[in-house]
Amino acid sequence: MSKTYETVIGLEVHVELATKTKIFCGCSTLFGGAPNTHTCPVCTGMPGSLPVLNKGVVEKAVAVGLATNCTITQNCKFDRKNYFYPDNPQNYQISQLYYPICRDGKVEIEVDGNKKFVRIHEIHMEEDAGKLVHDPYSDSSLVDYNRSGVPLIEIVSEPDMRSAEEVIAYLEKLRLIIQYLGASDCKLNEGSMRADVNLSIREVGSEKFGTRTEMKNLNSFKAIARAIENEKERQIDLLESGEEVIQETRRWDDTKEYSYAMRSKEDAQDYRYFPDPDLVPIIISDEWMNEIKSRQPELRDEKRIRYKEEYDIPEYDIDIITNSKKLADIFEEAISLGAAPKKVSNWLMVETMRLMKEHEMDADDLKFSAKNLAAIIKMVDDKVINGTVAKEVFEKVFADNIDPEKYVEDNGLKTVNDEGALRKVIEEVIANNPKSVEDYKGGKEKAIGALVGQTMKAMQGKADPGEVNRILKEELAK
Amino acid sequence: MTITDEIIDYVGILAKLELSEDEKEQAKKDMSNMLEYVSKLDELDTSNVEAMSHAFPVKNVFREDVVTNGDDRENLLANAPEQKEGCYKVPKTFD
Repeated sequence: MSKTYETVIGLEVHVELATKTKIFCGCSTLFGGAPNTHTCPVCTGMPGSLPVLNKGVVEKAVAVGLATNCTITQNCKFDRKNYFYPDNPQNYQISQLYYPICRDGKVEIEVDGNKKFVRIHEIHMEEDAGKLVHDPYSDSSLVDYNRSGVPLIEIVSEPDMRSAEEVIAYLEKLRLIIQYLGASDCKLNEGSMRADVNLSIREVGSEKFGTRTEMKNLNSFKAIARAIENEKERQIDLLESGEEVIQETRRWDDTKEYSYAMRSKEDAQDYRYFPDPDLVPIIISDEWMNEIKSRQPELRDEKRIRYKEEYDIPEYDIDIITNSKKLADIFEEAISLGAAPKKVSNWLMVETMRLMKEHEMDADDLKFSAKNLAAIIKMVDDKVINGTVAKEVFEKVFADNIDPEKYVEDNGLKTVNDEGALRKVIEEVIANNPKSVEDYKGGKEKAIGALVGQTMKAMQGKADPGEVNRILKEELAK
Repeated sequence: MTITDEIIDYVGILAKLELSEDEKEQAKKDMSNMLEYVSKLDELDTSNVEAMSHAFPVKNVFREDVVTNGDDRENLLANAPEQKEGCYKVPKTFD
């Protein structure tokens, strides 16, 4: 008889905080600098150098904690986690073990209409490590410390998730909260958000947890879903064949779609944590906490409710628009510039989505400004350009954020508003298309479409279709 | 606390040290002496005393989030035993 199993999943999520400088020194956190150009004695672990905590890191960590319903540890400290590895020049990582900055939070997720809470065990602050690149020519490793000391928070959940869908809903929830707070851009593919998945299997109804494994190197939602399915099957197979799951860290290879063991329990690390004597305690007063809380911007859930009340747009559109801070920002700014909410939403939902799909882009990577979108909408409203031309102009704005008004002017795309000229063209079209005219007069109203098409062609697309229709009907009635 | 051979070997692994037999014996003796010395503190009842990480009552020492350091790669790499392409060159290391 086959047993039914349940997957139990907890996550450790690392998020790179969007500060200008590193956590303990005044080096830039900008991505993509030449190797080791954003380093100093502190983040390269030179003897005698001393760390000084970046206030912005504490404020961002507290903001995330408050937005995820955590209790803030008002008296918190840093500890040293000791290990030897060349990506870590001090031979210890400064982290928090005993007094993490946030504890006991929760966020609500929704999967297929079912809501549930995922509890957050803790959030702690720590520093990122450097990057190692293998050099095949000299058979050695090359170390770049630009990332060393970049501030991270690690959000540790309770083992509350039961499926890949719940895991992804939880990650999306965290991503949106943190992006709206401006605490990080949370890009999985660029590593500013990383998730390690702790997974175990147990028989349905069992109270006891099974032995868990930890899966690393998951850098897309798809990879996370595949890795979870794969690891679930692997553990069930082991249990079904009477073997045991070994507690270990596994690395997911997304191209091969399988994972392999990195370290097993036998050589388990002993990090010998102790309080860092170079860093003094952090006391977060009620006053400071309230100040951070008062700066909290409108988060996604609040935005959804407000959009529903203020703008007459479908709930589906609201979900898509608020699913990215970038889209929501464009939406609100274009409206503040005078564009009608419904029109802005249509441009975002139809043309923007189409072009994003075509270019395989994320909403976060959109380059066009709300100002230029609003300008296009205004030109259409004012009948300066017609809908077809507007789409063409938007493609340019989407690609290079050009000034749409100048583009229309330079390329002579304005609708011809000279009724006399238009009427003249229409008279010619009527004269040259006796068949369509006859069809129309004989009752085939659709035949007017061909005449509109001919007229637009003759006008090089620069006519208002409404006007063309009106004048055509007038002329045909003669 | 007696420092056994197992403990010395384990500490050696953690500290990435290879000790000769003589050095191990010496280290065992030294560590036992140190532990004995600090174990004196166990005689005190500290159940109501909060753990202390600093001798001075200093708190909240912060930097503002402003970039103050520029590119000083040349100086920083000057003492590296080996370098290549602006990186520190180290023995091949696997994940």
